[in-house]
Amino acid sequence: MVKISMLKAGLVGLSLCVASTAMAKPVKVGMITTLSGGGSGLGIDVRDGFMLAVKQAGNKDLEVVIEDDARKPGLAVQIADKMIQSEKVDILTGIIWSNLAMAVVPSAVAQGKIYISPNAGPSQLAGKGCHPNYFNASFQNDNLPEAMGAYASKTGVKSSFIMAPNYPAGKDVLNGFKRFYKGKLSSEVYTKLGQTDYAAEIAQIRASKAESVFVFLPGGMGIAFMKQYAQSGVNIPVMGPAFSFDQGILKAVGPVAVGAKNSSHWSKDLQFPANKAFVKSFQAEYGRLPSLYAVQGFDTASLILSAMKTADVKDTDAFRAAIKKADFASPRGTLKFGNNQHLIQTLYVREVVKEGDIYTNKLEGIAMENHQDAYASQCKM
Amino acid sequence: MTSVLFIEQLLNGLQFGVMLFLMAAGLTLVFGVMGLINLAHGALYMVGAFACAAVANYTGSFWLGLVASLVAAAVAGAVIEILVIRRLYTRDHLDQVLATFALILIFSEGTRWLFGSFPLFLNVPEILSGPIELPGGLFYPLYRFALIVIGCLVALGLYLLITKTRLGIQIRAGESDREMIAALGIDIRLLYTIVFALGAALAGFAGGLVGAIQSVQVGMGEPVLILAFVVIVIGGIGSIKGALVGAILVGMVDTMGRFLLPSFFQLFMNNSDATSVGSALASMLIYILMALVLVVKPKGLFPAHG
Repeated sequence: MVKISMLKAGLVGLSLCVASTAMAKPVKVGMITTLSGGGSGLGIDVRDGFMLAVKQAGNKDLEVVIEDDARKPGLAVQIADKMIQSEKVDILTGIIWSNLAMAVVPSAVAQGKIYISPNAGPSQLAGKGCHPNYFNASFQNDNLPEAMGAYASKTGVKSSFIMAPNYPAGKDVLNGFKRFYKGKLSSEVYTKLGQTDYAAEIAQIRASKAESVFVFLPGGMGIAFMKQYAQSGVNIPVMGPAFSFDQGILKAVGPVAVGAKNSSHWSKDLQFPANKAFVKSFQAEYGRLPSLYAVQGFDTASLILSAMKTADVKDTDAFRAAIKKADFASPRGTLKFGNNQHLIQTLYVREVVKEGDIYTNKLEGIAMENHQDAYASQCKM
Repeated sequence: MTSVLFIEQLLNGLQFGVMLFLMAAGLTLVFGVMGLINLAHGALYMVGAFACAAVANYTGSFWLGLVASLVAAAVAGAVIEILVIRRLYTRDHLDQVLATFALILIFSEGTRWLFGSFPLFLNVPEILSGPIELPGGLFYPLYRFALIVIGCLVALGLYLLITKTRLGIQIRAGESDREMIAALGIDIRLLYTIVFALGAALAGFAGGLVGAIQSVQVGMGEPVLILAFVVIVIGGIGSIKGALVGAILVGMVDTMGRFLLPSFFQLFMNNSDATSVGSALASMLIYILMALVLVVKPKGLFPAHG
């Protein structure tokens, strides 16, 4: 017994040696994310998740520069230029919003930099605009609403009232829902982006007598809607993609969100060992529960770290191939990239619950297994 | 479309209008009396909401939170008036816009620094939660109903303050002739600080009230600020009466537009196109209203200075 464990220790030691010789080349990562102003909670979670993986790996060859884009596309482009020209980063990451990603990513990948998205997944970059240097470690924008639509059909919801802000991602989301929802649409409503008062829409929901309400209202919009909905006395169940029901938001929405179903590619209580370890270490490090944004940041860093073990970042082909293998245990299980370098992943349905004093999500079931986005076939890779 | 739904939407428009009035009243007072464009008015609204949320969470009482929102915004208003705004009265509007814009940034980042980036929790007090049944089988959220009542009471209070009190006389005199009331021995600097703090308190009060049904987060004031500017331009800059009429007009037009336009376009377009065209047009509606009012009455509906 003793001999075997010694042998094991020896092997581990040996593999560490091999790994450390392969990762002799330093890698510089530029992170452009939203750390101030509205929506900064998302960027902070991505950054904290990312830095947790970096800290745990303890890899001295990985250098990270972080800058705040304040959710402004112009600023994000400036920072990206600076990071590429003067900081000479090898890899870019960090962008939260699809419009910022569309402003930065195409030119960064054209300049030979690798970009790994820790959040935004615009359809353009998944379909015709896919690129060998672009990876998405989060989701394609349509994924979560598609899962919600599939779940609504599966559970026999006969009529739905659907609502989203009037901007490209809002339309993508409603289209994603409709793609897999077989029931009847009572009404389809587009609200103003950034709207804070939903009295008019709630009155329409009340009048519609639908069986369920599907909303995509990220950030403060979702908080406002849920609070007002609870006050209205309308009791049609609410569902939506996880963005409106994630950890950072639940703290502000509180009891009124309890019972809401939401679709996600991750949940705090997924039974993978890597997930348990991640949730525990994130809580220990930052004193709060991780969100799905934190997981995406964590996985983005893990992808880079795993690729550094086997490839040199200066050899772009080899490094890209190493990223694509995604050879590590993610909190989401094993990650698998499709032809367009977006994840083929299982999508879950969660329910908002109260655990002790904290509002959080509990796993309800699987909505779609190993689901690939709708745009992969348009990508010629 | 039922008449119940229609009446509910009218109430929604009215409620939105009276909350806008609380914001617009302070803005128009400050502009009317001091000739100052105050972009930081939205920041004071945010200060009120955060003070209300913080105190309500700490003490467990929404009402104490509401008092805190009034006090915190009034104090913040008085402090920035003394430190910054006071130096701007003689400058031109561009300097005022620049300085008060800087105040927005300082308040936003300061709030983020104090409270963090995640939205704060603030809920409707227990006794005002849930819906009430109005005659005709209409269920309406009690809290929104209370907002209408509170807004109307504040409007009445402001009217009495402006028309019946000594302070009101001084404010009106300050609007028409600044030099003259200074010559009559009234401490104009103190008057300005009081008016500014009063405007700030109204904004903070609105922030606390609205925070309970919306999201208490950094940057929540700016969208409301834009609407408040639309209101005072429509109502006539400097006029409290104009602010009230303008606010209710904007509240009604916005709410009814969002409600009616998509169904109007559905009469001759397919469902999906109609909703997106309708909602796009609905979000422009108040600006179209503003443009129309300005064409007919370039100084707004109730111009304060003739």
